[in-house]
Amino acid sequence: MTSLLTRAEGATDRAAWIAAAKNRLQQLLAFASLIVIFTFFSFANSAFPTYSNVINILFSTVVIGTLALGTTFVIITGGIDLSIGTGMALCAVMSGVFIVNAGLPVIIGVPLAILFGGLIGLVNGLNVAVLKLPPFIATLAMMLVAQGLALVISNSTPIYFTDNPGYIKISTGELIPALNIPNAVLVLLAAAVIAGFLLSKTLLGRYTYSIGSNEAATALSGIDVRRWKIVIYTLAGLFTGLAGVMISARLGSAQPATGMGYELQAIAAVVIGGTSLAGGKGSIIGTVIGALIISVLNNGLQIMSIPQEWQNVILGLVILVAVYADMVRKKEA
Amino acid sequence: MSDYLLEVEGVRKAFPGVLALDDMHINLRYGEVLALVGENGAGKSTLMKLLSGIYVPDAGSFRLQGQPFTPESPKHALESGISIIHQEFNLMPHLTVAQNIYIGREPRRGLVLSDRELNRRATELVDRLGLPLDIRATVSDLTVANQQMVEIAKALSYDARVLIMDEPTAALNDAEVRTLHGLIRRFIREDTGVIYISHRMDELKAIADRITVIRDGRYVGTLDTAKTSMREVITLMVGRTLTSDARPVDVRDGRETVLDVAGLSTKELLRDVSFTLGKGEILGFAGLMGAGRTEVARALVGADKASAGTIRVHGRQVKIHTPAEAAELGIGYLSEDRKQLGLLLEHDVSENITLPSLRERFSRWGLVDKLVARRAAKEVADRLTIKTPSIRQTTKFLSGGNQQKVVIAKWLVKDCDILIFDEPTRGIDVGAKEEIYALLNSLAQQGKAIIMISSELPEVLRMSHRVVVMAEGRVSGILSADEATQEGVMHLATLRPNENPDDAAELGLLDLHSTEPKAV
Repeated sequence: MTSLLTRAEGATDRAAWIAAAKNRLQQLLAFASLIVIFTFFSFANSAFPTYSNVINILFSTVVIGTLALGTTFVIITGGIDLSIGTGMALCAVMSGVFIVNAGLPVIIGVPLAILFGGLIGLVNGLNVAVLKLPPFIATLAMMLVAQGLALVISNSTPIYFTDNPGYIKISTGELIPALNIPNAVLVLLAAAVIAGFLLSKTLLGRYTYSIGSNEAATALSGIDVRRWKIVIYTLAGLFTGLAGVMISARLGSAQPATGMGYELQAIAAVVIGGTSLAGGKGSIIGTVIGALIISVLNNGLQIMSIPQEWQNVILGLVILVAVYADMVRKKEA
Repeated sequence: MSDYLLEVEGVRKAFPGVLALDDMHINLRYGEVLALVGENGAGKSTLMKLLSGIYVPDAGSFRLQGQPFTPESPKHALESGISIIHQEFNLMPHLTVAQNIYIGREPRRGLVLSDRELNRRATELVDRLGLPLDIRATVSDLTVANQQMVEIAKALSYDARVLIMDEPTAALNDAEVRTLHGLIRRFIREDTGVIYISHRMDELKAIADRITVIRDGRYVGTLDTAKTSMREVITLMVGRTLTSDARPVDVRDGRETVLDVAGLSTKELLRDVSFTLGKGEILGFAGLMGAGRTEVARALVGADKASAGTIRVHGRQVKIHTPAEAAELGIGYLSEDRKQLGLLLEHDVSENITLPSLRERFSRWGLVDKLVARRAAKEVADRLTIKTPSIRQTTKFLSGGNQQKVVIAKWLVKDCDILIFDEPTRGIDVGAKEEIYALLNSLAQQGKAIIMISSELPEVLRMSHRVVVMAEGRVSGILSADEATQEGVMHLATLRPNENPDDAAELGLLDLHSTEPKAV
């Protein structure tokens, strides 16, 4: 009797382990692809696998990566956020308005710029959760509004942070001089850790998955789906604000006409990282790997002197392959 | 203290055009399992939505343990001790078993979820209930039966007093049904009760103390299971007086077979479905919700993938992969969901009628010949007496009956000689129904072979030359027009596939079989 029981338990343990392994497979696949691509470029060009180039790659991942972190939450709920690209530009402009035009100290101006991103997200959340607008439409509208406002507020001219060297240090300074790692990379790392914590360890994360998995059942379980959706879009907005700070600090200026197109790169990073556009499934580590794959590709192809136009073609193919591989895997499971 | 744990008193609920419940009464005693039975559309799911606070009754009241009870929301009902397991699962497939059970009640320390505590509680619960569940498994990886167990564990985790289960065994095999019944018996104490909704007569015998029968939204009666034969229950269930004496017309044998389906199966539901359809014949498909009638039609026309089976059209074996291929072979499927799948509501009548045959009949070099198309549409609209000011009228402004005629017209223009009607009179008022019936009869007399899938038994009986009865994805019997009675069809529809003749004999239903059981 006892032996029967233990055997049965052993079997379910193994089944659970296999199931868990399958769940991680997409992340493993994404990680393996990253290694393969990296190795390929290392052999193709000796300038690629150097310490400074790796730092370079990490540095160039910061903006897309930060945007992708926030939008991971939205996509796991089954939604989408198209406003993060131009929203980022608007937040960069607001950062310039607070710090350059209004003369606020960096330590106050930066949080205000990030909170402004939260405000953009809050409006998206209200439109989606209260007015029940489809997320695609609500955030498409916000995309246009944010781009227009960025131009209006800045008078269509860049705002330069030349007199605020402290601001520029947020991106290019080095907190730990010995490592030669720019602060921007540390900021991305910290943001990823926070996002990972929120998604896997808090109610917010649990309900993000739950809403994406079965929204009606989540509501029937007594969870205020409306409120949590507002929170999730607002959170995505905060990451948009952070990205706005990071891009303007790196460039030393807020460029109001930029931003369009970043949202699609961020969504691509999320999708390559194994997050399902249908909702319910995804991870922060996957998104980070997805963003890294995009940077490694861009960097490697550039080093190999492959023109920008072809880089886009290759990135497009990578997205197709990544998502198709995920679908095939799901069908087999 | 009241004698009853839960009382439903004179509850009424109407929706536009439908009276779903009227003067409904249910009395659940302490410590009993009360079965609730009724045909499709008898009002069971409306009642559950009222009890869980999703709908508000128009009249009547509920009493819980003698106290007036007004459910405000699913959460309120749960917290008041009423747990409902709906027929369709309310699970989050991407989350684990434990996460699903305690959704909305996650143990946490400050901001941080405590998965260890969550898993400890879930393990304790699952062990206490004796369920074979791995609480760390992702729900989408579980079998349907185990998913059902998760629903039950979730329901019981709320310390429910009243447990309401809607068709809990629809997806379970015999062993799993026994496990479920064991659970229910352990759940029943002096201060708890279960309302068990099911169509399976053998199960009711096994688990229910009393059986309440409802029909067409009204209370019919309550019987003691021990003192009742299942035949009495079935008689109460179907005892609707037929609204018309109409009988099938032109019933005869020896028709030329136009469609021969053998061993049709799908991965999901259908098992070995076989039948033939003759020229000019109306073949009715009866069965309860989820028996697989619509699925037969969908597999037949290639809308769903069949895993086995052969189809012969006019004696020639064919493979049908898509509805377009079915249409080429002259098989038209008229969906039960007219508005979603049958019509372009925003377009005009003429465009709808000519849509399926646009390519072969009304276009040249890819250009649509509108005038010819409209003339053809007008001609068929007149023939079917579609009431519309003009064939240019936008379809959504037509009545339900006339919309249905537009769908029929589509397939007539397409020249289909096998027509599959799925719920042809759903959502159509009584007068228009008669017109549709007359139309079906005249189509049959013109030589069209017709399959009519319907949830309304009287409709099946008055129209069908033969009736195919389905239960749980199988054909449980094929009755001739003479043999088909409400009781006979209902018995076959509630038959479990593995039910043996002895059980049927015990239920006093053997004589309803069209074939004599073999002597042992």
